[in-house]
Amino acid sequence: MDGGIEMEQTVRKVLIGNYQDLPESLGKAVEVDDKELAVFRLSNGNVKVIENKCPHRGGKLSEGMVSGEHVFCPLHDWKINLTDGLVQAPDEGCVKTYKTSIEDNQVYVEIPER
Amino acid sequence: MQKKKLVLIGNGMAGIRAIEEILKLLPDQFDITVFGKEPYPNYNRIQLSKVLQGDTEIKDITLNEWQWYEDNDILLYPGETVTKIDKENQVVYTDKGKETPYDHLIIATGSNPFMLPLPGADKEGVTAFRDIEDCEKMIDASKNYKRAAVIGGGLLGLEAARGLLNLGMEVDVIHISDYLMERQLDRPAGELLQKELEAQGMNFYLERHTTEITGEKRVTGLKFKDGGSIPADLVVMAVGIRPNVALAQATGVEVNRGIVVNDHMETNIPNIYAVGECAEHNGMVYGLVAPLYEQAQALAKHICGMNHQGYKGSVLSTQLKVSGVDVFSSGLINETAETKAIKLFDEWQNTYKKIIVQDDKLAGAVLFGNTKEGTKLKSLITKGASVEDYLESQQAALDDESIVASMTDDEIICGCNGISKGEIVHAIKTDGLSTLEEVKGATNASRSCGTCRNLVTDLLSETLGDEYEVNTKETICNCTDFSRDEVVAEMKEKGLTTSKEVMNVLEWKTEEGCPKCRPAINYYLGMVNPQEHEDERESRLVNERLHANVQKDGTYSVVPRMYGGVTNAEDLRTIADVADKYEVGMIKLTGGQRIDLLGVKKEDLPNVWKELGMPSGYAYGKSVRTVKTCVGAEFCRFGTQDSTGMGIQLEKKFEGLNTPHKVKMGVSACPRNCAEGGIKDVGVVGLDGIWEVYVGGNGGTELRKADLLVKVKTKEEVLEYTAAFLQYYRENAAYLERTSHYVERVGIEHIKEVVNDEQLRKELNERMDEALGVYKEPWNEVLESGTTLKDLYEKVTAK
Repeated sequence: MDGGIEMEQTVRKVLIGNYQDLPESLGKAVEVDDKELAVFRLSNGNVKVIENKCPHRGGKLSEGMVSGEHVFCPLHDWKINLTDGLVQAPDEGCVKTYKTSIEDNQVYVEIPER
Repeated sequence: MQKKKLVLIGNGMAGIRAIEEILKLLPDQFDITVFGKEPYPNYNRIQLSKVLQGDTEIKDITLNEWQWYEDNDILLYPGETVTKIDKENQVVYTDKGKETPYDHLIIATGSNPFMLPLPGADKEGVTAFRDIEDCEKMIDASKNYKRAAVIGGGLLGLEAARGLLNLGMEVDVIHISDYLMERQLDRPAGELLQKELEAQGMNFYLERHTTEITGEKRVTGLKFKDGGSIPADLVVMAVGIRPNVALAQATGVEVNRGIVVNDHMETNIPNIYAVGECAEHNGMVYGLVAPLYEQAQALAKHICGMNHQGYKGSVLSTQLKVSGVDVFSSGLINETAETKAIKLFDEWQNTYKKIIVQDDKLAGAVLFGNTKEGTKLKSLITKGASVEDYLESQQAALDDESIVASMTDDEIICGCNGISKGEIVHAIKTDGLSTLEEVKGATNASRSCGTCRNLVTDLLSETLGDEYEVNTKETICNCTDFSRDEVVAEMKEKGLTTSKEVMNVLEWKTEEGCPKCRPAINYYLGMVNPQEHEDERESRLVNERLHANVQKDGTYSVVPRMYGGVTNAEDLRTIADVADKYEVGMIKLTGGQRIDLLGVKKEDLPNVWKELGMPSGYAYGKSVRTVKTCVGAEFCRFGTQDSTGMGIQLEKKFEGLNTPHKVKMGVSACPRNCAEGGIKDVGVVGLDGIWEVYVGGNGGTELRKADLLVKVKTKEEVLEYTAAFLQYYRENAAYLERTSHYVERVGIEHIKEVVNDEQLRKELNERMDEALGVYKEPWNEVLESGTTLKDLYEKVTAK
C-alpha cells in the first residue's frame, strides 16, 4: 500500500477473494455494489482490475483473451491496456481502472467513494 | 501559350486509355473534356460479368476513380450524351444543352449490343448484356424469376449465362453455330468448353435459330425455326455488337462498318479521330481490349506530335477465363489445306493445345484448360517465328520452370495493356516494387483482364529472388514472421509442446501473442500431437472456452447434440422443462437442424447442461458441428438410402473433432439433396446402391458448390473416405481456413489422389482415430471438475 488516496476522495478496500482462486491468464467477473469489475491474474503474477465493460459495445472484458498487460474484448477484438485502461489504436476510448493490493494472499480492490 | 482543347466523346476503356497516354507524353498541354453517357467513371467492361454475379461492386471494377479526373484537371460530364458535332466551327453539343469547342475531337463511342429484330423483342424481360444497367436488370429478374434463356453462345453470351447461373437461375443457351465460341475456338476446344459448362449446369441448344420471343406483356418463352420452343422468364441477347457510329455518320464522317480511320486513327474530317470498338482500321473492327489499347497509344502519339509509324493492325488474340476455364487463341484458328498442326489433347488434365504451322512458321494457336503459354505464343505468332524456334523455346521453358525466364525483354506480358517483360522488370528494379498490386499501379500490367497475373508474379520472384519470398509469405499474424507451415514444421522438428514454448523458441514479437495466433497455435499443437497436448483454455476464445455461444448482451446459447437432427418426445420434453425452469429468452431451430436455447446466464450454464443430460452440440466450435439429414428411405417415398442412419453414424464418429474451422455436413437419400450436401463441407448423397461424397461446399459468406470426392457402395466406405478427407484437411489447412477455401486452393484432383491411395487413406484413418480417441464430452467434463466450474462459471459478489 503506497498512498494512492487522493485529497478529496476516500476509497474503500473491498476483498474480492483468495489470490489462488483467480485463474491464471484469465479474467473473472466480480460484482461490487452496482458495478461489475473484471479481475485478471496475469502470467507475471500481477492482478489487474478494470470495469467489465468494453467502451465499444459493452462486451464483458472478463471473458476476453489476455496477452501480457492487455485484454482483447471477446465481442469485436478491441485491445485494452489493463494498467491505464486505454483502448489501443486504431480504436479509441478507455475503461476505468482500479487499484489492487494483496495481503496475506487476499486480493483487495480499492473502490472510490463519492 | 494557350492550351489546346481536347474533347473525348465516350468515357470508356479505349478513349480514357488514349487520354492516359497523352497525359504521359505531354502533361499539362491540353484542356481535356470527357463526355460519357453512363453515370460512372471509366470501368473495366471486361469484368462486367463479375458485377452480374453480384459479388463485385462497381467500385471494384472501376479503372479510373473520380479522383483521377480531378487530379488531372479533366472536366468529366458523366451521364451526358453528345448529340451533335459542328465540324466547321469545331464545337460539340450535348443533350443537356452544353456547347464545347475543340481543337482535337476523339470519338470513342464504343459499340451497341446487337438486338435481333425478332417479333417480341420489345417485351418486358428482354435485355442485352453490355453495361451496368443491363446487369442490374438481370439481377432484379433473378430475384423473381427462374428460367433464363441466353441467345448467343459466344464469349459474351457465356459470361452472361455463368452470371445468371450464379444468381440461381436455370439457364438455357441458344446458339446458331454447331459449337461454342466458334469465332475464338476450334471445334475440339469448343466442345470441351461445352462439356465443362454443362457440368456447371448450363443447358445448350445448338444450331437453333430463334424466330420469336413469346409472351404477353412479359416474355414467357422462345420459338425456334425448327418448330421447337422453350419457356423463359428472362431473355438475354448476346449475339454480337455493332460499332456505335450514329453520331459520326450524322456529322458526315466516313463510315463503313465502323468509323473509317487511317494508321493515325484520323477520320476523313480534320481534327476528328476515332478509337476503340467504334473504329474501323484497314477493314477490321476490333472488339478486344489489346488492339484497342494499341490504337489508343498510336492516337496519343499522333495528337502529341510524336514521330510514329502509326497503328498497323493487330493479330487477333484472345486470352480469357470463361466461367473458370482458361481459353486462348491467336491468329489462325482452323486448319486449311496449306497448314499443318501440332495437337496435344490431355484427357486426364482436360487440356487441349493446337499450334497451326504455315510455311514452317507459327500462324495460330488454340489453348484450352491451361493457357500459361498464351502470351508467349501470341508474341511468337505476331513475330512470325519459325516452328523450330518455338520448339526450342518450349524446351527451354521446360528446363526452367517459369515461362517468363525464357522470354526476351521485348516480349509482351500483359496483352491488354501492351506491357513488355522489360518494362515490368525495369519498374520492379527502379521503383523498388515488391507486390503484384504495386506492379499493377506502376505499370498497368495485369490491370485489365488479370490473366497475366501469374506471369507478373513469376517476374517478381525472378527479379527479386529470395526477397520476394519473404515479402509475400503469409505469416500467421503480425506477432511473427513465420508462416503456418513453418510453425507446424518447427513444432514437429523441435518437439514444441506448449504455446509459450512456441512463442519463445520462435521469437514471437509480442509477449503472449494475440487472438489470431494463440488459438491457431493451440490447434496446431493438438493436431500434431493429439495424445500429449493439453488444451490451453486461456488460448481459446470465449465460446470455445465456455462451450457456449456468447450473445451480444453477455448471455449464452445452448445447443444440445441431436445426432443427425433426429430427436424424440422424451428429449423434447426435457428441453421444454429446462427452458421453462431457466427462463430462456428464445427457443429457435438452427440452420443445422438443432434446437437452440438462447439467453442463458453464464452461471446457469452448468445446471442447464446437467438437467438436459445431453452431450454438447458444439455449435460454438471450430470443430465438426452438425450432420443435417433428410428423412431418408425409412419414410420418404423417394428415398433410396438410410440417410438418417448414415448421418447419425457420421456425427457419432466425428463428434467433437477439432478442425481448422467449423465443419458442417449433410446426408441426403436421393439426388433431390434435401439436406443440401452441395453446400456443405462434407455432403453425402445416397443413390440406389451408391453413396456420393462431396467436399468443400459452402453456403455462407462465399457460396461454393462442393466437389465430388468419391462414389462408394457402403456406409463404412463413406466413413472411411470422410475420415481421410477430414484428417488431410486437419493436417494441411491453415487455422480458420474453411474446407471450401482449402479445396479451392489445393484443388480437388490433388485431394482425390490422396484419399484414393489405399495406403495414404489407411494412414490418415489411423491418425484420425488417434485424434478422435482423446475426445471428452466437454459439458460433462465441466460438471465433473470443481475447479473449472469455479474458475469459469462461478458468479462472484464482493462487499
